[in-house]
Amino acid sequence: MADMKIGAYVCQGCGLGERLDTKALAQVAQKEGKAHIVREHEFLCNAQGVAMIQKDIDEEGVNRVVIGACSRRAKAEAFHFPTVAVSRVNLREQVIWSQPATDEARELTQEMAEDYMRMGCAEAKKVVAPTPNAAVGTNKRILVVGGGVTGMTAALEAARAGYDVLLVEKTAALGGVMAKLFKRVPFREPYSDPQPTGVEDLVAAVTNEPRITVFLHATTTRTSGAPGQFSVDITTESGQTQTENVGAIVMASGFTPYDASRLPELGYGKSPNVVDQSGLEALALAAAAKGEPMRRPSDGREIKSVVFVQCAGQRDASGTHLRYCSGHCCNTSMKQAMYFKDQNPDIDTVVLFTDLRTPGNGEDFYRSAQKKGVTFTKGKVSGVEAAGDGSAVVKFHDLILDEPAATMAGVDLVVLATGQVPNSGVNIDIPADATDVDDKPVEHAVSVLNLTYRQGPDVPQLKYGFTDSHFICFPYETRRTGIYTAGPVRRPMDIAQAMDDATGAALKAIQEVENAALGRAAHPRSGDLSFPTFRREGCTQCKRCTVECPFGAIDEDEQRYPQFNEGRCRRCGTCMGACPVRVISFENYSIDSVGSQIKAVDVPDEFSEKPRILLLACENDAYPALDMAGVNRRVSSAFVRTIPVRCLGSVNTIWITDALNSGYDGVMLMGCKHGDEYQCHFVKGSELAAYRMSKIDDTLKNLNLEADRVRNLEVAITDMERVPQLINDYAAKIQEIGMSPFKGF
Amino acid sequence: MSDLNTTMVNEYRSNFLKEVEANVEEGRWVKMCMQCGVCSGSCPLGPAWEHPPQEIFMMIRAGKRDEVLKSESMWMCTSCYNCIVRCPRELPITHIMHGLANYAHRLGLAPKMNPTRRFAKIFWDNIVKSGRVNEIELSLRLYFMDGFKNGVEKAWSMKDIGLGMLKARRLNPLGFVTHKGCKDTKGIHRMLKKAREIEDRRKGFAA
Ligand code: SF4
Ligand code: SF4
Ligand code: SF4
Repeated sequence: MADMKIGAYVCQGCGLGERLDTKALAQVAQKEGKAHIVREHEFLCNAQGVAMIQKDIDEEGVNRVVIGACSRRAKAEAFHFPTVAVSRVNLREQVIWSQPATDEARELTQEMAEDYMRMGCAEAKKVVAPTPNAAVGTNKRILVVGGGVTGMTAALEAARAGYDVLLVEKTAALGGVMAKLFKRVPFREPYSDPQPTGVEDLVAAVTNEPRITVFLHATTTRTSGAPGQFSVDITTESGQTQTENVGAIVMASGFTPYDASRLPELGYGKSPNVVDQSGLEALALAAAAKGEPMRRPSDGREIKSVVFVQCAGQRDASGTHLRYCSGHCCNTSMKQAMYFKDQNPDIDTVVLFTDLRTPGNGEDFYRSAQKKGVTFTKGKVSGVEAAGDGSAVVKFHDLILDEPAATMAGVDLVVLATGQVPNSGVNIDIPADATDVDDKPVEHAVSVLNLTYRQGPDVPQLKYGFTDSHFICFPYETRRTGIYTAGPVRRPMDIAQAMDDATGAALKAIQEVENAALGRAAHPRSGDLSFPTFRREGCTQCKRCTVECPFGAIDEDEQRYPQFNEGRCRRCGTCMGACPVRVISFENYSIDSVGSQIKAVDVPDEFSEKPRILLLACENDAYPALDMAGVNRRVSSAFVRTIPVRCLGSVNTIWITDALNSGYDGVMLMGCKHGDEYQCHFVKGSELAAYRMSKIDDTLKNLNLEADRVRNLEVAITDMERVPQLINDYAAKIQEIGMSPFKGF
Repeated sequence: MSDLNTTMVNEYRSNFLKEVEANVEEGRWVKMCMQCGVCSGSCPLGPAWEHPPQEIFMMIRAGKRDEVLKSESMWMCTSCYNCIVRCPRELPITHIMHGLANYAHRLGLAPKMNPTRRFAKIFWDNIVKSGRVNEIELSLRLYFMDGFKNGVEKAWSMKDIGLGMLKARRLNPLGFVTHKGCKDTKGIHRMLKKAREIEDRRKGFAA
């Protein structure tokens, strides 16, 4: 590589010139930061300022640019110099805007700015502009697993956007659950009547689409590779296997209705006149085929009275049955009650509910059902018993009239609204050889994807067996890059939602094949070209990186060394944070690039009364929150030095011990919420960081330091009021425990 | 009184709901109630009701015919219209309450001694007689509906208001003598009789 040549630029705009001695900052960059070229500019982000920097790059051979101006989150287009490494020094949001605009505050504000200049120059020395990975995959075909409404919609959307699609369906025909419905809930105004499902049209559209190849009676028996270069074995029922290459995968494996035979107290299995919602659809379809009204399954008698039991085996706090609400079942029961009412308004239809939940435009549908004479009774069903004549007696607690022993007799048909159980395949968090409380081996579901990944054959699950998905930020993303889940395998949903979901997942898949072909990262570091590499000689084969990578990007090679699949990597740096011998790094982010910033800070001596606190802030949430606090002129301690990190998962404990050893008085970490309702953009990063930090107490003890010298905090991007408060509280705490004894060593 | 009183009503069947829909003023709205309870919470007299409106609607759907029709509850309605203004389903609750009261009365199921019912009856008889309310007669009848002694006591306790009204000429003490009916009292009676016949026919009451 050519010689390192640093150009450092200090902006005087946005009030920087008034609050700071920019000349002194330039001197710091030159003398201490060893910048070859230093320049001040009154308005650095304007065309002239940018041209000045570009000129230095082109003519003076500057290959590291340090920009002392606004946050890296601002003016990203202006300060875009793709051929060189750029360090942004945040003098605006996190220095002058977070300090009081008073004369007394000048000294500390200037000290802060000078430290940040030193840090920027230190970082610049350790980073280079990333060169794209050579091992990119350029296959842009999309595999869709599952031929129900979700899978068919995803396939069609991708095909219509110009991508070839392979659609794999396990059964003999496309259509899935949708093909087993008599009618569907309306999606459009006036939301009043059940509509034809339209499944034939959808199947025809898929079948006639030249870009879609359909495999029926087929499953995916092996999936390996990475985005842009997956290799998939598709095996048909007859046992024939063909291997196909695809760029991305949409998993739309749908749901199975909850097993109603686990609800004997509700009469299921005891009488054929107790059915679940899919049973009722089957009756309706069969009756419609004959052109007759539905009849009582037990004896074919006319149906005069139907009761719908909502939340059958759902929202069960005891945990015996499903704990969650499947979202569609109230609307579905209304639709099914209308099957009867539309045919003969004299049929008594009662919906027994504890809470009626009608998402979307279901409220209009509800009103329509009431108009049609469907009766809604708020009550909790305790039992369904058979009477001698084949009819049933429904016992329930009337929750409005508070009658614990209410009954409805002479019911011809009882319909149980059971829930959706996701077909998410193997739960990879349960070891293959796990046993239950009775020492019996745990029965594992059949794998959907049969991934050859070291981490297990299917995508990770989050809650209740649904595939992992972050409902706010990245609903379709799984923790297997390039594999997107959609439809009821992701969360319970109805047809309309499944179609939206399918479209979203198809778009994500398209995005990913395009990104992968260019060697670029997917969300949330979309477009990032850097990728992790490791120094083989130093690796002890401890496997921490392999295990901790939230995205299953790292396998093992034959010699048991980690094998990075760059295409699957999301560039979070969790592996870098995990590695105990610190051999993993990125071209523009490394143990050294952060470590040297930590060391660049000027730590005043014990008697100065100027403590130094290091703040490692997640770039996704905490850092923007800090910027926003500055924008709102929220003042926070001038003793804090902030370094953005890709994810708290990338924080290697060496940074913390180094900081404490070199005289910092405290270290704060700010990352996203973890646990079931995680907000971490890399899913597991902040959780792993919290785990690592829980072990740091020993280190502190060894150093004879107080436990409070390190503080790990959860913050959200909206915390702009809270973040300065947290900083100030911690600064006060440090004041209280006193200066670190390690200064000056 | 009527065959309707012996109608078989199944628990949690829509028979009674259908009866209400057919025979009670605005009764067809009852099925649209979504049981939110806003009406009960809004009614200034709500706490005094045995079954506030929401509950009444649920009881109708639950087929609790006797409990509803014999209830004092709907007689508590003062027509303040708070509930109508607030009901998210726009049920004309006030009118349904009056409709139910009237229906129960017609069936002879309404509680005999309910004061609202008795007042309504006195008022109706009074106004029908001449086509115009005879105020002094109405007040005296109201005071003395529970016997002479009780009437004297009630009148005494109200004497200040009564005197005030006399002074302000809001009450004519000679109303018994000077009360003038409408021009065509007979015509009014014929009209009311006809209306009653039509209603009875529609609601299936024996003539
Ligand atoms: S831990 Fe993060 S950076 Fe490391 S390989 Fe996995 S996804 Fe990539
Ligand atoms: S406010 Fe309306 S919808 Fe709500 S309980 Fe009363 S009548 Fe029913
Ligand atoms: S109108 Fe009648 S029922 Fe409605 S709030 Fe007023 S008093 Fe209560």
